[in-house]
Amino acid sequence: MTALPTPEDIKAQIEAGIPGAAVTVITNGSPSAQHSLLLDNQHARDAAVFLRDHPDLRLDFCSLVTGVDWPDTETTEKIKVRKTVDGVETDVEEARKTKIPGYLEAVYHLFSMEKKHGPVILRVRTANRTDQTHVPSLTPVWRSAEFQEREAFDLYGIVFDGHPDLRRILMWEGFADFPMRKDYVPPADDRLAEVHA
Amino acid sequence: MADDLKELKIELSKNGIFTTTMEELYNWGRRNSVWPLTFGLACCAIEMIATTMARYDLARFGAEVFRPSPRQADLIIVSGTVTKKMAPQVVRLYNQMPEPKYVIAMGACAISGGPFRDGYNVLRGIDRYIPVDVHIPGCPPRPEALIHAFITLQKQIEDDVLRGAQRPRHLDPDAPSEFPVPSFGEHGLEPPDNPEVFNSAPGNPLKVIQ
Repeated sequence: MTALPTPEDIKAQIEAGIPGAAVTVITNGSPSAQHSLLLDNQHARDAAVFLRDHPDLRLDFCSLVTGVDWPDTETTEKIKVRKTVDGVETDVEEARKTKIPGYLEAVYHLFSMEKKHGPVILRVRTANRTDQTHVPSLTPVWRSAEFQEREAFDLYGIVFDGHPDLRRILMWEGFADFPMRKDYVPPADDRLAEVHA
Repeated sequence: MADDLKELKIELSKNGIFTTTMEELYNWGRRNSVWPLTFGLACCAIEMIATTMARYDLARFGAEVFRPSPRQADLIIVSGTVTKKMAPQVVRLYNQMPEPKYVIAMGACAISGGPFRDGYNVLRGIDRYIPVDVHIPGCPPRPEALIHAFITLQKQIEDDVLRGAQRPRHLDPDAPSEFPVPSFGEHGLEPPDNPEVFNSAPGNPLKVIQ
């Protein structure tokens, strides 16, 4: 068993191996300390092939693919602003709201059967949650991702470009919603029968 | 049967003469050969299988063969969570069974959706689409509970009156034998329930059989 390089080392290796690739290390503050690598959509497929074929990494097994929904958030900061009120210059506290647009994220957990190490966690993000929900499919790199990417497509609405057979897998064709998104509202006709004692 | 007839029957049987009525004979025959459909949906189906095996032995009550075809079955035991994707198939199987036919809703899920009630893909009880004769609560119900449900069904069959307004559905040519199969809509099943079968109006609690 070889020790897995740190996420920073893997990031450096990817960026050295693939010109133009931008990898961000997202640290996990919890005791598990499972840090992950955010790939840019343009180079994600190349980076995945690189991780699979690199002689020291050999991440030949993708054990899990899932989706994450990050809804639009709004943060409020209080900022002191110098303003002139009635001819007198004073410090006024102003609340400034920042809108952070939401996005959808696909998460991949990689292991190496050959080197017996792992996991390395990859993330790819969509541009937004509404009309630009495309990420590159990693099914051509790891075949085991096929059904799980279909599941993420079905329940979150992430469109995997390059997937060989992207159809709904759990819900039926013609179903319009994405039930695992945070803003999903179940149909009102699931009404309850009131029972009076 | 009228009380004096019943007394006469008892009196005759004491003297070694066995008498019966058409109604009794008919109900006795149906009651003792209720053949269920080989059909299971989830963990309740495991309990249902246990009920048919040697320890609990549902065959003692005349349900010895689980028929592999709905055309040969009298009873469908809805054992487990009915998902919205599965519900049309359950209704279709029920429609393919010949009359007289009966339904046991086994377990919390088949009754109401159970612990998965708020799931986006779970039907909140099969009684929204087909008429259920016996509901058994439990998660899953013990085999004894299924046997109890089966005996309850047998008692219902035994009490059937063959003529008049109270006659069972299969003897009423105007009563429906098939029920509409729901279709997959954009947000869920359409229609959400069958109002002929499912009464969602307030003030109509489910009938509880002791």
